[in-house]
Amino acid sequence: MANLKETILNPILKGNPITVLVLGICSSLAVTVQLKGACVMALSVIAVTGLSSLVVSLLRNTIPNRVRIIVQLVVVAMMVILVDQILKAFAYDVDKQLSVYIGLIITNCIVMGRIEAFALGNKPIPSLLDGLANGFGYGLILVIVAFFRELLGSGTIFGLQVLPAGYVPNNLVILPPFALILLGCIIWVHRACDKDLQEK
Amino acid sequence: MEYINLFIRSIFVDNMIFAYFLGMCSYLAVSKNVKTANGLGLAVIFVLLCTLPLNYLLNRYVLQPGALSWLGEGFADVDLSFLSFIIFIAVIAAFVQLVEMIVEKFLPSLYSSLGIFLPLIAVNCAILGGSLFMQQKDFANVGESAVYALGSGIGWYLAIVCLAAIREKLAYSNVPKPLKGTGITFITVGLMGLAFMIFMGIQL
Repeated sequence: MANLKETILNPILKGNPITVLVLGICSSLAVTVQLKGACVMALSVIAVTGLSSLVVSLLRNTIPNRVRIIVQLVVVAMMVILVDQILKAFAYDVDKQLSVYIGLIITNCIVMGRIEAFALGNKPIPSLLDGLANGFGYGLILVIVAFFRELLGSGTIFGLQVLPAGYVPNNLVILPPFALILLGCIIWVHRACDKDLQEK
Repeated sequence: MEYINLFIRSIFVDNMIFAYFLGMCSYLAVSKNVKTANGLGLAVIFVLLCTLPLNYLLNRYVLQPGALSWLGEGFADVDLSFLSFIIFIAVIAAFVQLVEMIVEKFLPSLYSSLGIFLPLIAVNCAILGGSLFMQQKDFANVGESAVYALGSGIGWYLAIVCLAAIREKLAYSNVPKPLKGTGITFITVGLMGLAFMIFMGIQL
């Protein structure tokens, strides 16, 4: 039981996929201009990592080692197609806003990384939890970045005005490079709090 | 003129790294020194240049709504675009595997120096991203898609070599402890991105 708890908590704090392992930055930062898009993206990634870890773990004894990358890609691509079709059906405007980045979940290193490192050698239930927890750790960072970018960049949260009307939006925050600088600062704070993670 | 415009724009304005954050994982992981960065960058240009026109043709003649009309009347309103993710990634993965085998057989010295990067490219977001942007941009012919592939590949190459050069120097500087390594690299990339923004709005 303690092991399961570790499986869930580790990816969120000590082994966070973005700030510690530096995986999956690719498709993440461009969707953080607004909180709404970031939340949808986070949920999609959680669903894809969880489900594809589960499926690969169920298949793990039947996949020949030599072609496993292709098999994994097919499983992940299938999950992403499902998510994309669901978004197109129920949240069309958000899907348009996220554009190619939903498709890019396929090559999100977190998904492949967790399948390679965990799901191939573990039972289905722990794999599902591991996938979900990693997706959550990723989504958490996404939402933090999006919160600051939307607050400072447009003075709103989820599209509602929160800063006083006289606030002049900071256009720098909306530009892509600022997401990287902000992420650098989050890593700084994270590592200042947890000295074990600092690099020599 | 159209081609040159597209070429310049895809290198500088729509730069894969600084404008869209594509291929960030290997970009950060493999930029510790210039030599390996060089190898990976060239491999990315090559794979992009080969897979993107191929995916363009597939999109044009198989996947787009109504693309199958060349098969006959009955196929005119078939829409297979929901299959595009899986087809694109299959083409890329198969192509990378093929290149790996050819290089291993005929150019063993190149293979040992590129070695680990080739399989890495299959899951490089820049490659799949290139194909997805191609689908969105709706290019008029194969030539345009090839020019776009070459341009974005060179843009990625430029970005990774620049960052590797900066990081080689950065190793000697006195950075606050918690910021060392990943943190300072992110901030450096952010500042490089700001510098690249001066190209915005360039129109030839």
